[in-house]
Amino acid sequence: MSISYEKVLSRRACDIKPSGIRKFFDMLDEMKDVVALTVGQPDFQTPWHIREAGISALEKGRTYYTSNAGTMELREEISRYLSRRFGLSYAAKDEILVTVGGSEAIDLVIRALVNEGDEVILPTPSFVCYAPIVHLTGGVTVEIPLKEENNFRLTADELRAAITEKTKLLILPFPGNPTGAIMEKADLEAIADVVRDTDIMVLTDEIYAELTYGKRHVSFASLPDMRERTVVVNGFSKAYAMTGWRMGFTAAPAPITHEMFKIHQFAIMCAPTTSQFAAVEALRNGDEDIEEMKAEYNRRRTHLVARLRKMGIRCFTPEGAFYVFPNISGFGLTSEEFCEKLLMEYGVAIVPGTAFGECGEGFARISYAYSMKHIDEALDRIEKMMQDLKK
Amino acid sequence: MKQFLKYLEKDAHLSAEELALMCEKEVGDVKRLIDEYEKSGIILGYTTVIDWDKTDSEYVGALIELKVTPKMGSGYDEIAEHIYNYPEVESVYLMSGGFDLAVTLRGKTMREVAVFVAQKLATLDAVTSTATHFILRRYKDHNVIFGSAPTDERGNIL
Repeated sequence: MSISYEKVLSRRACDIKPSGIRKFFDMLDEMKDVVALTVGQPDFQTPWHIREAGISALEKGRTYYTSNAGTMELREEISRYLSRRFGLSYAAKDEILVTVGGSEAIDLVIRALVNEGDEVILPTPSFVCYAPIVHLTGGVTVEIPLKEENNFRLTADELRAAITEKTKLLILPFPGNPTGAIMEKADLEAIADVVRDTDIMVLTDEIYAELTYGKRHVSFASLPDMRERTVVVNGFSKAYAMTGWRMGFTAAPAPITHEMFKIHQFAIMCAPTTSQFAAVEALRNGDEDIEEMKAEYNRRRTHLVARLRKMGIRCFTPEGAFYVFPNISGFGLTSEEFCEKLLMEYGVAIVPGTAFGECGEGFARISYAYSMKHIDEALDRIEKMMQDLKK
Repeated sequence: MKQFLKYLEKDAHLSAEELALMCEKEVGDVKRLIDEYEKSGIILGYTTVIDWDKTDSEYVGALIELKVTPKMGSGYDEIAEHIYNYPEVESVYLMSGGFDLAVTLRGKTMREVAVFVAQKLATLDAVTSTATHFILRRYKDHNVIFGSAPTDERGNIL
């Protein structure tokens, strides 16, 4: 007798819809001569001195597990980093946890806070991982569709309207993927006023914090009274071009960290040891690398937005991350149709906004984690499509 | 100002607008600075890095160590000037250590380089000895790594 898999598999796991974008990426993989602007990771290699620190750790035979929370040396550096760059104060001993990328950090926060039936407020379009994890915990995701006219920032009114007595957690994914939107201090203060006298917890996903242009990122946890209810998620992937090292961390009050620590301890054991040694080097000597990469991203960002606008595509000015999120609704095509046409007929791949939530309809994500030459080649082809569409 | 020059040194193609953006300065200020630096000789020129190995032109590069006797009054400057005026010479540095001047040059053949060293450099009164090293391969020059660009192996992750 053969096993009936519908019966044996976890119901909650089965409920998770496979990422819709997979089909599009599979199509892309089979095509030749495509100029892709789809990737959500830096095109820079990890700076050499950081890679060298990883190599050195291997050479010295540092191939053991570290303590569960991460080496004390790294946690102390993270503590100093948070203070130096964002004015935050977290104790290395019991408030910082080193994780396998920002992804594990997000998973830990949600699992440590969300009970069956709890509501989690998620501004969308946003990164794809939050809602499935919420679902696995038995929580319910309540989406707030962000608006282009608000520059894809979350407003206090929108938040107030989404809060119910079941609201447990607010996710703040800023600077945002896919929109490139940021929240400035005044925007965050308005959000803080809404949650101040409630028990609503906040997960602030600040993985793109180092990549803001012209304005310094403000951490939600740095606002008055917010530290006690906030878990900061951050990591090394975007700032130091270290995606493959899988290095992230959480910073949160000790009682929350304690619960996340248990999940991490039993599910993961510890973050990769080689990567932890590289991360120490990044924090000690990597500030200049960030500035250089950021300057190059900024140059591409401005160029990309200017050229898109020139060819008649509406595009709000993204001030963070490495994406632009143009409005492509005016051409009589859905986002998916637009992106598919662009791919099949013009050989350029960009991601339909709907990959990041239904409210991404009418938009597409263009990544500028590519060389200027590559970006221009793609833009030339997009321009050709625009000209053809206007005929 | 230092950062601005670093970006320009890496990519001489950057426009004033791009530099202004990258350094968070006003375009007008950047244009004025470039002008000022060009006039004062801080910015001396803009070069193109070419991998001649990928063209069909034959050439050979060499680095020559020279021991020289400095001149009363002008020290090493006069002999350095004499040497850098040869168009074959790419660079001339005054060095600390076991020799005095490091000269890099380019010729069409090894023989041409050898003749140049023997007839032009070694015969100078101030030059007391020469040691010629032929360059077998350039791996990196002017901050640029030679060889083919790495392929984009990044996974399509949202």
